[in-house]
Amino acid sequence: MREAVPGAPIISARQLRVRYGDREILHGLDFDIHHGETVVILGGSGSGKSTLLRTIVGLEKPHSGEILVKGTNLGRASKREIADIRKKIGLSFQGGALIGSLTVGENIALPLLEHSALAPSTVEVMVRIKLEQVGLSGFENFNPAALSGGMRKRAAFARALALDPEMLFFDEPSAGLDPIMAAGIDNLILNLKSAYSITMVIVTHELASAFLVADRIMVVDKGHIIANEPPQTLKNSIHPRVRQFLDRVPDSAADDNRVDHLRLYVEGTR
Amino acid sequence: MGVLVRVGATAEGVLVYLGSLAQLTGRALLLLFVSPLKRSRSLQRAIHQAMAAGVSAVPIVSLIAYFIGLIMALQGAYELKKLGAMQMVPALVAISVTRELGPLITAIVVIGRSGSAFAAEIGTMRVTEELDALSTMALDPIAFLVAPKFIAMAIMVPCLAVWADLMGVSGGCTFGILGGGFSAAGYFVNTRNNLVLSDVMTGVVKSFVFGIIITAVGCHEGFSTGAGAEEVGRSTTSAVVVSILMVILVDVVFTALFYLSGGA
Repeated sequence: MREAVPGAPIISARQLRVRYGDREILHGLDFDIHHGETVVILGGSGSGKSTLLRTIVGLEKPHSGEILVKGTNLGRASKREIADIRKKIGLSFQGGALIGSLTVGENIALPLLEHSALAPSTVEVMVRIKLEQVGLSGFENFNPAALSGGMRKRAAFARALALDPEMLFFDEPSAGLDPIMAAGIDNLILNLKSAYSITMVIVTHELASAFLVADRIMVVDKGHIIANEPPQTLKNSIHPRVRQFLDRVPDSAADDNRVDHLRLYVEGTR
Repeated sequence: MGVLVRVGATAEGVLVYLGSLAQLTGRALLLLFVSPLKRSRSLQRAIHQAMAAGVSAVPIVSLIAYFIGLIMALQGAYELKKLGAMQMVPALVAISVTRELGPLITAIVVIGRSGSAFAAEIGTMRVTEELDALSTMALDPIAFLVAPKFIAMAIMVPCLAVWADLMGVSGGCTFGILGGGFSAAGYFVNTRNNLVLSDVMTGVVKSFVFGIIITAVGCHEGFSTGAGAEEVGRSTTSAVVVSILMVILVDVVFTALFYLSGGA
C-alpha cells in the first residue's frame, strides 16, 4: 500500500449533499483523495456511488456543501474553469459511452484533436499506442456497436487515457464482464497504477477487484460513507453494514417477514 | 375555475418551452462567436451537417416542389380557363410557389428528414451517456453538436427553398408546354415578368427562420429526452409535430407582416 502523499488533497469533499429533485442521494459526505492514490468507492446498487462519481467530475451540482477538485470548487466554478479541470481528467463510463457516429479510433482521437495542437499524423500514432495499451490493437476502424461489451469498456479506457490525464475515473469497470475479462481490466488498472502516478477513483461493487487494486476503499451505503480505510483494515471491519457487504449477507430475513404476502396477493388479483 | 387554471398552466408551459428554445438558440449563437472548440473542426462539422441536412435533401425537395408546381398549374388553369386567362398561369404558379409553397414544402421535408434526425441523434446520445461523455471531455454538447447544426440549417434551408422555387416553376412550365400552349422560353419569360425580387426574398427570409426553428426544436427535444429507447421515439415525434406547428404559426405571422408592410 502506498502512503497518502502529504500536502493538499487533489479531491476533497466537505458536507457534500446532492439531490435529484426533492430526493437527497448523498447526505453530507466528507473525504479527501490525495495525489497518486487509487481509491475504490464500494457500494451496493442505489447506494449513491455513481452519483458521487458524477459529482466529482462536475456532471451533478452539489445541493449544499462543497466539492473541490484541484482547489476549484465545482459548485461555484465557471464553465471555463470546469472545462480546464476536465481536460485533466479521464472518465470511463459504465457502458463505454463511445460516440456511436465515430469509429473507435476517431473516438480516441477526438479529445486529442479538439484539445491539443498535435498534427493528425501524430494523433494517429497516439491512438494506436493507446489502443495497444488496452489490448485493442487493430480495432481503429471498427464501429463501437461492432465491439463486445468488454472491448467497448477497453476502448473507453483508451479514450479516457488519451490526454494523459492526472486523474482517472472508472464507473463500474468490470460490471457485466466475464471473470477473465474482468481480471484483464483489473490488470490494466494495476499496470496504469505502476506505470504512472495517476490518481484513480474506481466505482464498483466487485469485492475481489476492489481489494486487488485499491490503496483505500470508501464504502458508500444509502448516501453515507460508512467506511474509509485501506483494504487490509477494512477486511477486519466490525461495522455491521460493511460486514454484511463483505460477507455477502442478504438484507435480514426479518424484513421479508414483514411483507404481508397474503395482502399483496389479494391486492394483486383485484 | 378549473378551466381557467388549465388554460393558465398550458400558457405557462408554452411560454417556458419557447423560453428554453430561445435559450438554446442564444447559447448556440454565443458559442459560435466565443467557441471553446477549434474553429476549423467546428466548420468541418457544420459542412458535414450541411451535406446531410441540405445537399442530401435536394432530390426529394426537387421532386415534391416540381409536382406541387405542376399541381398548382393544373388547379389554376382549371379556373383561369373559364375566364380565358390562361396566360395568367405562369404568374399564379410563380407567385404562389416563391412566396409560400416553396419555403413551406422545403420546411416540411427538412423537418421530416433533419428535425427528427436531430432529436433522435441527441436523444440517443443522452440515453447512452454520450452527452455526459462529451461534457467530461470538455466538449460542450451545445458547441459540439448544436452550433454546427444551426449554421448548416440557417444556410441550407434558404438555399433549398430557392431551389424548390425553381423546381416548382419548372413543374408549372411542364403544364404550360403540354397543356397551356406556352413555349419553354415563353413560360420562363412570362414568369420572370410577373415576379419581383421581394417575392423570392420573402421566401428566403421565412426559410431562414424556419431553419432556425427546426434546429432549435429538434435539438431541444433531443436534450429533454428521458431515460430509455421509448423516450427517444417520443422526442422524435414531438420534434416533428412541434416543428410543423411552429413553422406554420411563424409562416402566418411573417406573411401577415409582409402583407401589412405594403404588400411587399
